[in-house]
Amino acid sequence: MRNSLGTIYVDIFPPLCYRILMPAKVANSVPILVADDDAQDTMLVKLAVERASLSLQLSSVKDGEEAISYLMGRSQFADRHTHPFPKMLLLDLKMPRLNGFDVLSFVRKEPGLKQLPVVIFSSSDDPKDIQRAYDGGANSYLCKPHSNEDLAALLKALEEYWCKFNHFPACH
Amino acid sequence: MKKTEHILLAKDNEDYALLFRRALKSAQIDASLDVVHDGQEAVNYLAGTDGYGDRDKHPFPKLLLLDLRMPRMDGFEVLSAIRQRLGFTRLPVIVLTHSDNPADVRRAYELGATSYFRKPDSLEGLDEMIHVLHAYWLKFNHFPEP
Repeated sequence: MRNSLGTIYVDIFPPLCYRILMPAKVANSVPILVADDDAQDTMLVKLAVERASLSLQLSSVKDGEEAISYLMGRSQFADRHTHPFPKMLLLDLKMPRLNGFDVLSFVRKEPGLKQLPVVIFSSSDDPKDIQRAYDGGANSYLCKPHSNEDLAALLKALEEYWCKFNHFPACH
Repeated sequence: MKKTEHILLAKDNEDYALLFRRALKSAQIDASLDVVHDGQEAVNYLAGTDGYGDRDKHPFPKLLLLDLRMPRMDGFEVLSAIRQRLGFTRLPVIVLTHSDNPADVRRAYELGATSYFRKPDSLEGLDEMIHVLHAYWLKFNHFPEP
């Protein structure tokens, strides 16, 4: 069995298991959609992912309406080759047009989307926002770090958790 | 990490529970662990019934690690009881199972699983998984109030 980072598990005699590390070129990146109206925050996330060579393939949208268009493959997002359907949504809360709560509520009601893991990525650590996000069906809630070092550590933990160990549902 | 967090592991295999506890300890993770051995016991624990009423002794967990194949109630039934009957919509539930069957993965997410892990087959894999669980959930994730 091969996981997303290209590690191959070979069952020799259960429960024995040998791991063989494959070269980086066979590793598949996991498509993730970042929805955030703050272009600078999105740029910092992209830079950190690139710098640490994390297996995350980031696409980004700048408000809630665009996030829904992207997920539904509407208008400029219809081509799934250039706009792959994401395995996970990294969602800011405070956004123009539709905010993160609106997007979350849309995703959880839409038959083709409702199993999509949604991780909140917000500058708010207000317990009310945290409660509301989990009540709305968020899988996890992360606060935007204040330093580049903390951002790098958070993205590394996110990649290892969601892309190396977690199994994603098939949405589309 | 700020304080000791409580984790509930629902797993019918006592040996695995011991290995899990050992791995938590050797990683020096400041988390307490309770183990329940079947689905019905998991539901009783969360509901605070059948001997689990004392929340000082049996704190409501921050995180539930849930096997799918268990006696009495299986993991799918537990998930549905947690999300529907008991109404614990905020509790993060990580499925931890042998199966990587896409139908099981999909069904678990449909019933409200937060995340889905395949159980590592080796001790080294278990240590690595515990390290990753700790780094993500206990260092970075913000939990809701129960």
